[in-house]
Amino acid sequence: MVDVVIIGAGVSGCAAARWLSRYRINVLVLDKEEDVCCGTSKANSAIVHAGFDAKNGTLMAELNVRGSEMMEQLSVDLDFAYKRCGSLVLCLDENDRDKLNALYENGVKNGVKDLRIIEREELVGMEPNVSDNAVAALWAPTGAIVCPFGMTLAFAENAAANGVQFRFDTEVKKLERTEKGWKIETNQGTIEAKAVVNAAGVYADLFHNEVCEDKIHITPRRGDYLLLDHTASGFVTHTVFQLPGKFGKGVLVTPTVHDNILAGPTAIDVENREGTNTTAEGLADVMKKAGFSVKNLPTRQTITSFAGLRAHEDGHEFIIRESAEDFFDCAGIESPGLSSAPAIGERVASLMQAKYGWEEKKDFIDKRKGILDPKTLSREEWNKLIEKEPAYGQIICRCESVTEGEILDAIRRPLGAKSLDGVKRRTRAGMGRCQAGFCSPRVMEILSRERKVPLSSITKNGKGSELIVGVAKDVYEEVRHEA
Amino acid sequence: MKHDLIILGGGPAGLAAAITAYDAGLRDILIVERDKELGGILNQCIHSGFGLHTFKEELTGPEYAARFIAGVKERKIPYVLNTMALHVSPEKEVTLMNRTDGVQTVKAEAIVLAMGCRERSRGALNIPGYRPAGIYSAGTAQRLVNIEGFMPGREVVILGSGDIGLIMARRMTLEGAKVKVVAELMPYSGGLKRNIVQCLDDFGIPLKLSHTVVDIRGQKRVEGVTIAAVDEHNKPIPGTEEEYDCDTLLLSCGLIPENELSREMGVSINPVTSGPVVNESLETSVPGVFAAGNVLHVHDLVDFVSEEAGAAGRAAAEYVLAGSVDAERNEIPVKFEGGVRYTVPAKIDPKFVKEAITIRFRVGAVMKNRIVSVWMDGEQVSKKRRQIMAPGEMEEVKLTREQFDAHPDLKELLIRVEEV
Repeated sequence: MVDVVIIGAGVSGCAAARWLSRYRINVLVLDKEEDVCCGTSKANSAIVHAGFDAKNGTLMAELNVRGSEMMEQLSVDLDFAYKRCGSLVLCLDENDRDKLNALYENGVKNGVKDLRIIEREELVGMEPNVSDNAVAALWAPTGAIVCPFGMTLAFAENAAANGVQFRFDTEVKKLERTEKGWKIETNQGTIEAKAVVNAAGVYADLFHNEVCEDKIHITPRRGDYLLLDHTASGFVTHTVFQLPGKFGKGVLVTPTVHDNILAGPTAIDVENREGTNTTAEGLADVMKKAGFSVKNLPTRQTITSFAGLRAHEDGHEFIIRESAEDFFDCAGIESPGLSSAPAIGERVASLMQAKYGWEEKKDFIDKRKGILDPKTLSREEWNKLIEKEPAYGQIICRCESVTEGEILDAIRRPLGAKSLDGVKRRTRAGMGRCQAGFCSPRVMEILSRERKVPLSSITKNGKGSELIVGVAKDVYEEVRHEA
Repeated sequence: MKHDLIILGGGPAGLAAAITAYDAGLRDILIVERDKELGGILNQCIHSGFGLHTFKEELTGPEYAARFIAGVKERKIPYVLNTMALHVSPEKEVTLMNRTDGVQTVKAEAIVLAMGCRERSRGALNIPGYRPAGIYSAGTAQRLVNIEGFMPGREVVILGSGDIGLIMARRMTLEGAKVKVVAELMPYSGGLKRNIVQCLDDFGIPLKLSHTVVDIRGQKRVEGVTIAAVDEHNKPIPGTEEEYDCDTLLLSCGLIPENELSREMGVSINPVTSGPVVNESLETSVPGVFAAGNVLHVHDLVDFVSEEAGAAGRAAAEYVLAGSVDAERNEIPVKFEGGVRYTVPAKIDPKFVKEAITIRFRVGAVMKNRIVSVWMDGEQVSKKRRQIMAPGEMEEVKLTREQFDAHPDLKELLIRVEEV
């Protein structure tokens, strides 16, 4: 019997785990995928909203502002990539100035600091590639960008360091109320817990509705994105939004913490909760709408496109509460969910603590070291490191200059990478312009060697995504039969 | 630390440049190779067809590489393996890194860029659909099959008819896979005619021109792809979709010269080739920095890479031996018309042309019954007839010293392609 089972190892589940790990309880995180950060948390805008957008008075607004305030210090304590680049909301039509002012007012009410409306001249000075139609903008210096994988991993690893257990490839099938709490049936056996946290992303309504009288409804809302190469770096230096206007909600163009340019998302409601396929229309829409904000976005520098699903609840509000006895929802976490994640973790933990009165740990570890990137070292330090660990002198991913040392660290550390995508999210190997063309066979080899499993069992992202199907000179049955 | 010549890349271009630079009198040479052996991509090209021009015989890729590796070893030209060039400054300071020497900066009098190219990825092609396992660039699949001995899939669709894709269609078939179709966006193949015949036709693999992949199915592993015909603007035509069940999609949709280091050191890049702009000596816009092989422009045949890199190696040696003085130059651009997309070199200073110079170029569409002529100051100095010209086959014209001598004070050099 554990104290808490958290369903879902995305950024919300991992944040909840991290903040719950302050208490002297047993926490177990379950995820149906093979790693943390496999759903919505891995495919989003990677930005930290300043908090002017969410409607004043909502939980979304409160947690957005709080999350944004917490994140900078957390990025230092837990060692993940974060940069306060500031954000701009473009007003592309004189007639929309009222909307811009309303956004400003809302932001002030929400407690967002240092908001200011700037005129075109100042805007062009900040973003030379901005559209000729931009007449003014809302400038939010507290807007930021973050590595969503880095933050989720940081929460998870820090939680693990404080005793939280993680079980992957574990899909929750059924929740059953018992005298002492919950019986959780999974594809890997049954677990008993005193309390359950439902952080299941686009699946959260299913679990909620299974155990609660009131019903909620989540629509997976797909967002397509284009990611541009480092060669496009500097095209914009702030997160550039569009004021919702005659073109709909609009898309953003933003730098990423790793010096790429990201454009997106679309907002297409889909039925399939795993429907992360991009479409030609979606990608064309991103290009078109990005063109409203900026001139000549170098889309020829696109290195990949992807899509993620936001867990849009009908009420468009975060649902964080004890929805049934000992069942805590963390549902409807759509944008600004990433920005709010630390505050969501904090809120879930304090809600539960208030009910159960858990004791705080005296030996809580509040810091975590990420994977060392030798490029951040001085020449002397790097050479000392290579002398000690020669693997830090061997480049595996050429495009992103990732060394074997980093990849070994990613695999060997607690909650280590098991797949190509796991290595990619932790180290950026394969995330560059050749999209793993050169490094994937080498990373596969390292994974196989380190995990002591045959190469044929190495996957892209978990069971069913094996990368090779056999050895050369096998005879494929179907061909034999045809012959 | 300092070297007369640093060659970035130990593939066919780097090896050939090292040998000619040595033979021209240079001794202080260092070849830098990022992989664990010399030879570059030739090591995974185990099919034959290499060396017909250079050695008048048909060799496999590793055999062809072995001859140049032997040439380097006979001359005792130094090389380092598993070594990455992290940065190159405009002052020709090369930052190298490997496991034994760590990170160090080495100054070069001259540099030959011979880094080769990479394959265009699925992301760069903006193919919509899921992102499962089973999508490989043809070269990655080639490495898995030929070097590692693994099969990346069993039922294969190939997008793009570049040479590596065609070679892999045959290779996968010989290894027991079923290659269902090769789709090519353009109305013509990007590969050599001989590869279409030997790799597709001989195995009954259909080639669908003016077709592309419009969807990829499968969340974990590829389960199928949808192919559609495209119109004259390369846009998919609704209603022409065909579904193929497969577990693998190979991409052979073009090669991109790897010029990140070149850009970093300020070398001017030609947007058509994505390679450096070079003069008659294959020297880039940075004096003392030369380029050859697929980093300069993508070749079809390694023989021409070796030839070109040989010239670059000689020019680099001369630059160093002359005391690295930047001579006064009087360059004229190589002009072209009639469907030529680019030329290498892009400009020529006639006084630096040796006994002869080869100008390589590609055309932008399939053209039949053409005359390729060269004009110096309005006078036709050479012409040849070409029955068929295609974007997938590199063309060349050779000009001799005598032709330049006959036109002192040359102002205009023109390559013209016209109908017979």
